[in-house]
Amino acid sequence: MMKTKIGKFAVYLLVAIAMLALPLVLQSTGSNSWVRIVDMALLYVLLALGLNIVVGYAGLLDLGFIAFFAVGAYLYSLLASPHLTDTFVFMAEMFPNGLHMNFWIVMVIAGCVAGMTGLILGAPVLKLRGDYLAIVTLGFGEIVRIFMLNLDRPINLTNGPKGISNVDAVTVFGHSMSQRLTVEFGGWTYTFESVTLYYYLILFFVMMAIVIAYRLQDSRIGRAWMAIREDEIAAKAMGLNTRNLKLAAFGMSATFGGVSGVLFASFMRGVYPESFILMESVMVVAMVVLGGLGHIPGVILGALLLAGLPELLRHVAGPVTEMTGGRLAPEILRQLLIAMAMVGVMLIRPKGLWPSPEHGKSLAK
Amino acid sequence: MDVLLQQIINGLVLGSMYALVALGYTMVYGIIGLINFAHGDVLMVGALTSWMLIGWMSEAWVGLPNWMILLFATMIAMVVCAVLNFSIEKLAYRPLRNSPRLAPLITAIGMSLLLQTLAMIIWAPNPKSYPSMLPRDPIPIGGAVISVTQITILAVTAITLALLMYLVNRTNLGRAMRATAENPRVAALMGIKPDVVISATFIIGAMLAAIAGVMWASNYGTVQHAMGFMPGLKAFVAAVMGGIGNLAGAVVGGIALGLIESLGAGYLGKLTGGFLGSQYADIFAFIVLALVLTLRPSGLLGERVADRA
Repeated sequence: MMKTKIGKFAVYLLVAIAMLALPLVLQSTGSNSWVRIVDMALLYVLLALGLNIVVGYAGLLDLGFIAFFAVGAYLYSLLASPHLTDTFVFMAEMFPNGLHMNFWIVMVIAGCVAGMTGLILGAPVLKLRGDYLAIVTLGFGEIVRIFMLNLDRPINLTNGPKGISNVDAVTVFGHSMSQRLTVEFGGWTYTFESVTLYYYLILFFVMMAIVIAYRLQDSRIGRAWMAIREDEIAAKAMGLNTRNLKLAAFGMSATFGGVSGVLFASFMRGVYPESFILMESVMVVAMVVLGGLGHIPGVILGALLLAGLPELLRHVAGPVTEMTGGRLAPEILRQLLIAMAMVGVMLIRPKGLWPSPEHGKSLAK
Repeated sequence: MDVLLQQIINGLVLGSMYALVALGYTMVYGIIGLINFAHGDVLMVGALTSWMLIGWMSEAWVGLPNWMILLFATMIAMVVCAVLNFSIEKLAYRPLRNSPRLAPLITAIGMSLLLQTLAMIIWAPNPKSYPSMLPRDPIPIGGAVISVTQITILAVTAITLALLMYLVNRTNLGRAMRATAENPRVAALMGIKPDVVISATFIIGAMLAAIAGVMWASNYGTVQHAMGFMPGLKAFVAAVMGGIGNLAGAVVGGIALGLIESLGAGYLGKLTGGFLGSQYADIFAFIVLALVLTLRPSGLLGERVADRA
């Protein structure tokens, strides 16, 4: 007993050290692109954990999840970039020093706004089930994207297809994360690249998300969601308010989406409507389902694999591209791999790569 | 020029293409309860195959009239799509028929992505202009114009629908399809082989999609790997609108959606004083879908209660 506890602790410790050291090792290759890939993969983990609440726990397929991500990203871009003060005279008068709202305040606002958006969307459509819900949410995601793309006239709110650039970077303890940070420690100096700093910031949010996701899973509300997933009618008969619970799942996962969006906008220093296409929603769903619905380690694995592996392969794909005379361009190769992974994994392991041991327990007999 | 009449003509043409694709969705959904996300991409394969064939044939047989080349290309594209959809069902959907319900859906989405990627590899990602094989001169009717291509689309849709209705309502295969949709187990007890029926459904759906693909390409004049997804999605909306699983519903839904989109795109700017323009045409389908599903979940003509999980 004691021994396994120590063993478990040692494993956690090793994982933690590896996670902390990873960007330092990667940045020592001299190129930031590897750290950037890991950063993006972590952002996808955050998104996948959020989507897992609604798809994995409550069993509602949401194909428009990226809309909440877009809400967060655009909110931060509007509140922390010169776009609004440049476009509107009254905004410039109101904020003579420019509109640079604090990252953490926007984070809270974006979480709330995205959550509210989730509730507003969820309210009318939650009585739909299964595939219909999927299509309606997909439509919602497209509607949001089309508005982002076209709201540059008659009043220029989102700057249309050009997107919003010059978005503020995050400032932590007075240090802007777009700058590299040089630490001096007793004559020994070390320079953290900007992407490495972002790595730690995103990692912090991922850790928070994992804790929240586990706490939710073991809570009363989490068990209620799983009851709805397994059998909605039985759950209702047991006295669960299925409508409110489903709404809660929608709102909660939308909040995760909004928070990731704020991180994304500050990391990319801008937003563009192409970041929020349907394909992205599909990718996040694929991560959740490929990894293992409702199983947090599985979801993390799925997100890391789908976000990371194709990028890795893209960097080593040079010979393949040359061999095929440029037909298999890296971008196409990446998409091919994702598509084959989606079909292949589902055929070989329909429950995902690392499914939750409890999932479908009632059917196991 | 009469705007209203023109938009109605455009809407009918668009709607009849939606209807052909929606039939494929509705038949598959009616029988195995799967949203075949790859269906729109079968349309794309049909369009690109015919594009390639037209290129070859125009060079090989110089004397042949254009309409004959188009006809041959369409027929070969139909065969290619039929084989493709048959293999997709056999390889990707059949093994998953009794798995957790999200698995086939993810496979279908993956299949759609796979088809698009393969199309990018085979035909390169750039948009290609589709040669117009029918006379281009527009024919004026009552203040509006209609092209020969558009007339052909309406006529071919009508003929195809008549043939399909005959097939489903009058032949043994059609009876078997309806029985399997009603209750696969009992149908199997009556000596129907569900696998054969399902394969036949996918083949018929693919042929309709191929026809729609050639029409789509002829009407809009460009083809590329991503062209199928949006029409596919909207056709699904049309199928839901008409009541999924119901063939007449798919046709009614398709034409209604085509009219709504085309009239909406034509008049939205005027109605909102220039605030919302025709670039919002794409969202009509989804708003209509949300309204139909919340107000009348079984669709316009649907008898079945829409609570498929």
